Amino acid sequence: MPSRRAVLGVAAASVAAAAFPLPQLRAQARPRVVVIGGGFAGASCARALKQMDRDLAVTLVEPEAAYVACPFSNTVLAGLRGIEAQTFGYDGLGDVGLIRKRAVAVDAERGRVRLNDGTNIDYARLVLAPGIELNFDALPGYDAAAAEIMPHAWKAGPQTLLLRDQLAAIQDGGTVILSAPANPFRCPPGPYERASLIAHYLKTSKPRSKLIILDAKDAFSKQRLFEAAWQELYPGLIEWVPLSAGGQVTEVDAATRTFVTEFGSHKADVASVIPPQRAGAIAQVAGVADQTGWCPIDPVTFESQLRPGIHVIGDAAIGGAMPKSAFSANAQAKACAAAVAALLREREPTQPKLINTCYSLVAPDYGISIAGVYQPRDGLLAEVEGAGGTSPLDAAKEVRELEAAYAEDWFRTITSEVFG
Amino acid sequence: MSWCDLTKGRRGRFSAPVLLAAVAASAPAFAGAPPGATACTGCHGPAALDTAIPSLDAHAAADIVDQMQAFRTGQRDATVMGRIAKGFSDEETRAIAEWLAQPEAARHAEP
Ligand SMILES: Cc1cc2nc3c(=O)[nH]c(=O)nc-3n(C[C@H](O)[C@H](O)[C@H](O)COP(=O)(O)OP(=O)(O)OC[C@H]3O[C@@H](n4cnc5c(N)ncnc54)[C@H](O)[C@@H]3O)c2cc1C
Repeated sequence: MPSRRAVLGVAAASVAAAAFPLPQLRAQARPRVVVIGGGFAGASCARALKQMDRDLAVTLVEPEAAYVACPFSNTVLAGLRGIEAQTFGYDGLGDVGLIRKRAVAVDAERGRVRLNDGTNIDYARLVLAPGIELNFDALPGYDAAAAEIMPHAWKAGPQTLLLRDQLAAIQDGGTVILSAPANPFRCPPGPYERASLIAHYLKTSKPRSKLIILDAKDAFSKQRLFEAAWQELYPGLIEWVPLSAGGQVTEVDAATRTFVTEFGSHKADVASVIPPQRAGAIAQVAGVADQTGWCPIDPVTFESQLRPGIHVIGDAAIGGAMPKSAFSANAQAKACAAAVAALLREREPTQPKLINTCYSLVAPDYGISIAGVYQPRDGLLAEVEGAGGTSPLDAAKEVRELEAAYAEDWFRTITSEVFG
Repeated sequence: MSWCDLTKGRRGRFSAPVLLAAVAASAPAFAGAPPGATACTGCHGPAALDTAIPSLDAHAAADIVDQMQAFRTGQRDATVMGRIAKGFSDEETRAIAEWLAQPEAARHAEP
């Protein structure tokens, strides 16, 4: 339960309050919820909070003027769409107060966030939605400078364009290498969608080229569907090297675009390193990330298990069985908003039920999907048994086309819900 | 109902039923969404968006329940809805359908 002061959102005014008649002062003091991060999770949560309780003051802290979405960014790499189609402004946030700053510190005791210009904002409840940070400590040779040569493109924007331009510049007959990290990481099917769409580009523009995936895992999301599709659409073009065959990258050398594995080394003409990840830096600073680098949460309220009063949603959170996806981020954001609104009214939050659906494009007109339904169980978000699963392996061409169309329309719908 | 009233309630003898009644009067329909309901709008947008994924605007609750049942049993062909419908009981489905069918439900990001 929040403290009474936190509920009333008057922590900052409490000293002054003693000297003045309370009702007038408190008439203006609506509880303030501060949301850090304006991605799929944070922007959704800020909007949902306002929809659920218009008497709340909601402040969204996000330093970027526009958000560049990762879902569908693999189509940008393959030259199928422009980055503009991925870019969303924050004008549609309605009554949400937007502060274009970066949060740099959190004082959980006092309920206060510090921004990069030195100002502080008090909160009754804080929602952290910073997404991921690339863990440059985890892969020797890979740092921000190396990423300018071997792009991760795992945060969409300049990195996406860099990798696209590198792909456009290689010769026919070149070798493209992608590396994929161990679990957990943002968007489990993402590396394989990326491989598929780059293969589509190579097949249509540079057919003598080759693509190798060096993987730190022996299994991956929608694996049977991807592999069947690769055999059908890109025979001989994609080679997947799993962990057990020496796929784990132990070091990279950006100067020579070389991936070192336990079994040898591979030199690429175009190299995309998807490195290990962890929750965004502010989660570590706020003390809500554990030794895994991710944030343990209560599955009903998304409140941190480490710091009361702070909720964590989206990729930064430990979502149990829920994958780190934009769909999950949006679903969690709405459930978290309902819980925060209830807690501030001293009501019991309801048990949420969440859905995730992730589409992947294997080719522009060939989509596959995975879906799941989740609910709190034993302190985690667990899959509802008997529900969910992937597209059938033997689906007709029309079904693949339909899923590709749904993928695109899902993106249009969700981005309109999140960004207005 | 404002936070001022809430505060007064607290300063005097605060009782939960009063608070709950006040909340019910002030909160938009979105706040009362049953478990699972708010996840639907990630795919099913307002009719104006005109996407291949059908909008749920202006559907009667009974229709939504029937469709969900048809998805669950496989009677109606689906890509993902069959897999999702299996995750909800009859009771949950009915509650979601009733919520979705409310005309005033502020489901589409209208603050
Ligand atoms: C190639 C690729 C393809 C993908 N495809 C799909 C897909 O098809 N479907 C799907 O569902 N998901 C997909 N995803 C996953 C999806 O992008 C993420 O799961 C989603 O973006 C997570 O949302 P988030 O809000 O948690 O984080 P983000 O979207 O990363 O948002 C975090 C925000 O927080 C801000 N921020 C960070 N730190 C601070 C701070 N200190 N102060 C203020 N603001 C801060 C950042 O600027 C950013 O705007 C894909 C990802 C990739 C990489």
